Amino acid sequence: MTSIGTGYDLSASTYSPDGRIFQVEYANKAVENSGTAIGLRVKDGIVLAVEKLVHSKLLVPGANRRISTVDRHVGLTTAGLLADGRHITGQARKEAQVFRQWHRTPATLKIIADRLGAYIQMYTLYSSVRPFGVSTIVGGVDKTGPGLYVVEPSGVYYGYHGAAIGKGRQLAKNELEKLNLTELSTREAVFEAARIIYLVHDDAKEKEFELEMSWIGDETNGLHVPVPKDLHDEAEQRAKDALENFE
Amino acid sequence: MDHFPTNWGRPNYNTFDAHATYPLHVHPQPSSSADGVQHTQQPIVTGTSVLALKYKDGIMLAADNLASYGSLARFKGVQRLQAVGDYTIIGASGDMADFQYLQYILDNLIISEEINPQDGHKLGPSEVHEYLSQLLYARRSRMNPLWNSVLVGGFRDGQRFLAYVDLLGTTYKASTLATGYGAYIAQPLLRKAVEGKEDTLTEDEARKIMEDCLRVLFYRDARSINQYQIATISAAGASISGSLKLETSWGFAEGIRGYGGQTQ
Repeated sequence: MTSIGTGYDLSASTYSPDGRIFQVEYANKAVENSGTAIGLRVKDGIVLAVEKLVHSKLLVPGANRRISTVDRHVGLTTAGLLADGRHITGQARKEAQVFRQWHRTPATLKIIADRLGAYIQMYTLYSSVRPFGVSTIVGGVDKTGPGLYVVEPSGVYYGYHGAAIGKGRQLAKNELEKLNLTELSTREAVFEAARIIYLVHDDAKEKEFELEMSWIGDETNGLHVPVPKDLHDEAEQRAKDALENFE
Repeated sequence: MDHFPTNWGRPNYNTFDAHATYPLHVHPQPSSSADGVQHTQQPIVTGTSVLALKYKDGIMLAADNLASYGSLARFKGVQRLQAVGDYTIIGASGDMADFQYLQYILDNLIISEEINPQDGHKLGPSEVHEYLSQLLYARRSRMNPLWNSVLVGGFRDGQRFLAYVDLLGTTYKASTLATGYGAYIAQPLLRKAVEGKEDTLTEDEARKIMEDCLRVLFYRDARSINQYQIATISAAGASISGSLKLETSWGFAEGIRGYGGQTQ
């Protein structure tokens, strides 16, 4: 890496001569090493799915969830440093609560993404702090309909129809682009999400992983909840079958 | 968030830092209330009675849709019954602003205890009632009460729950409850109709009892209105009706003498 030894990467408050902030780019590297997380924004809702890498057989299956609920109608998942992700989750919950306190109405997704972006960007300004090593997918259904945003370590955020972060993001993005996301139902999207996570998982490098999925849509009454077990299992089985046919 | 980076990291001593190379920002502290503090001394916009009873399948609550400003019928479409979580419905009389605040507090409680953790643990009616009683008692102990009488009805794990809590933190349970003027007018009627029949009363019978009590209250209580809502909480979950109209007959009024402008 050209940045090493130049001295321009020692602080997030220092630019390199060509206008880059290396500490923020290193934060992106932390994201790239994480298990894949994807989000689909479809006709009537959103689906989040993550490839939760299991580093020990002693961990309780299903525990240590990587998708969390921010507000009734908002779900969030991060890729990168787990502890940073937890902090971002806490901050997102706080922002949702503060918005409710001020306006006595639930925050729209755009507002939560905007405030998270502002918060994360603050940590790119000072030498005393380290930028967050996470990218965040926030998805939800509010009064404006379904929404899906990704907030990067630099603090920028974009809205997406389909989003992928972490290790397998490139392959996952290719798969997402093939889908007709605006026409899909959330139920159909759950099957696609499971298939993509199984597809991008690299068996050679990491053996064990758990598929974790959540959704919001007409079927969940606008609430962000984990995908019900029967649907989850069916999607997982179909994903495994699709993978065998694929190879 | 706290937008002052000097407040983020190490705990700092704001006025003196031996290692400072730059003057530290001093975070503005909230000023003390030098002019004294004003507490609630009376309710302003008020709702009148709430009624509740136990019946065969669960709990039924009823309240009218009026929020009065003194004796003025100020707001005629106010909902005074509210579901809290999956197993509870509360109904409030007293200060409607304080009730809206209670709803906000309980909404936050449900989000932080049920929605965020998603661990499957839910708040039942007894937890909600306990929380309210502790909150209301704490507020009265600070000489700043939330001016409400609240009925908490619920159904969970096959068990009916019905309890009262008020601005002092007083609590009690009974198979029929009524707040405000209803405690005088409706409670005796409810007791007569319900006590001993809690396990046999059907929903339709319970609804009839409620309507009769609301009608008497509308005739007698000058702070009431003939629009009301009825809520049930049972194994089927919580349901709150839309706004209903009371059927009343005023024919008897013609025979009344001694008021108004009659000549004889």
